[in-house]
Amino acid sequence: MKHLALKYRSLSRIRAAVCLGILILAVGLTSACGKTSGAGLIVAGSTSVQPFAEVLAEEYMIQHPDAFIDVEGGGSSAGIVATQSGIADIGMSSRDLKGEEKSLWNVEIARDGLAVIINPGNPIQNLTLDQVRDIYTAKVTGWSQLGGSKSKIHVITREEGSGTRGSFESLVMGKDRITPRALVQDSNGATRQLVADDINSIGFISLGLVDDTVKALELGGVPATRENVINGSYGLSRPFLFIARSNPVGQSKQFIDFTLSEEGQKILATEGLVPSAGGVGK
Amino acid sequence: MKSFNEKFAEVVFLIIAFSALSVLALITVFIFIEGLPIIARVGIFNFVFGMTWSPSHGEFGIFPMVIGSVAVTLGAAILGVPVALCCSIFLAEFAPAKISNLIRPAIQLLAGIPSVVYGFWGLVFIVPIIRNYLGGPGLSILAGSVILAIMILPTVISISEVSLLSLPRLYKEGAFALGATHWQTIRSVLMPAAKSGIVAGIILGIGRAIGETMAVIMVLGNAVAIPLSILDPARTLTTSIGIEMGYASGEHREALFATGIVLLIIIMILNSIAQYAARKR
Repeated sequence: MKHLALKYRSLSRIRAAVCLGILILAVGLTSACGKTSGAGLIVAGSTSVQPFAEVLAEEYMIQHPDAFIDVEGGGSSAGIVATQSGIADIGMSSRDLKGEEKSLWNVEIARDGLAVIINPGNPIQNLTLDQVRDIYTAKVTGWSQLGGSKSKIHVITREEGSGTRGSFESLVMGKDRITPRALVQDSNGATRQLVADDINSIGFISLGLVDDTVKALELGGVPATRENVINGSYGLSRPFLFIARSNPVGQSKQFIDFTLSEEGQKILATEGLVPSAGGVGK
Repeated sequence: MKSFNEKFAEVVFLIIAFSALSVLALITVFIFIEGLPIIARVGIFNFVFGMTWSPSHGEFGIFPMVIGSVAVTLGAAILGVPVALCCSIFLAEFAPAKISNLIRPAIQLLAGIPSVVYGFWGLVFIVPIIRNYLGGPGLSILAGSVILAIMILPTVISISEVSLLSLPRLYKEGAFALGATHWQTIRSVLMPAAKSGIVAGIILGIGRAIGETMAVIMVLGNAVAIPLSILDPARTLTTSIGIEMGYASGEHREALFATGIVLLIIIMILNSIAQYAARKR
């Protein structure tokens, strides 16, 4: 009995120590978080550019341990507004600036190409933009309507909010909506895998991620290649822009310079983007 | 001194027990704070029964997902429950100790497999079979139901088995004494007597199926339309949150939390029914 009581006492002591430890840890963590999120560079805007900016920011912060870059989403328009009002130091946009926005300082950091992909076993080589739109609005539901096999088309799209879906919608769909019957995959990789497995499927992914397992369609006779994105003949591409209120200085300038440097452009290329021709600033 | 220790231990346990409870409260409050504004704006009826889910166009209707959840869960119950019941009857009544000692741990192992592994296995094994032999894109309600049916087996089997085993011996002996065969005894005495426990097990299994995310995200196809056949793709409430969480912001994010509220309420209702059924005995 005495033994048991002793055991209890030591147990409660251990427990008290553990509780204290957790408390200290919790306080320490919250104060640490408070410190880091205060200052630093705020980059906000397009959710399509966001993942690439995050990779750049990570690499930049490794090289500059005292710098802190906070990359936030919100969408191109929100990013442009945030830059105009000074909430964000650098804005990200995945569309060209229009009207009044053109007065902002901006630089193209890369171009993003979109490939419409089908299974390599599918005989179709070429579709027009209108045909792709008709497939995605479910106006065309069988491959036979496009000169292919008798099977139904299995349309694959990306999830709501995805930047790739956003660019596909603005470049291909216009005002039309993607059919709700489309299969939804949550990454470029998953889309590619499904297209590689299913002979009747069609999907769209970032141009840089096309490999031998799938076939990128020619659009209106123009093959989907980096060269054709750079020379502008392949329609499904859009610019990725960094925006600032005025000529960037200090930390903003350093980060933008890093992005446009050979190293930064190489990172963007490995992540699947088409590097910008020279990054001519305005 | 001893009584102090007793008291101290009691208080410590009380605090820890309440901290578990407070986590539940914290999560619930958080989900409601994040999700309620959008429900208030859209209207509860339009949110739950709205047919179009298109957050980028400001349309938040989750009815296709509600139907998807119901369809997949129902499919899982239809495929899984009979198998689970037969298995639990076999374990409780027929199996010799040697065999049941082999089957029981194996079923427990089934519960320990991470759901993402089930999903991956379904994607590379079940989906191609459905696509090649039954048609359609393969990613379908059927694929999700098969995976979930396997996943709910351990829950339903172990709870049904326990409720069969915990019946008083008298029931069985009485039935035998009246001249009933073993199967007659199981069918007309033991099963009815253990009914409440079995029902509770089935409902808990259904709750598990509704809450499952990772496994079904990979095999369901996630289309946001009301499915017309079991070979059509569908989206459940959980997969909708899982698949769109990454990029969601603003109203879209709120709508996903609101989806969580609906899910929480459904699971709370199911759990209360299960508890009620189990207590009735």
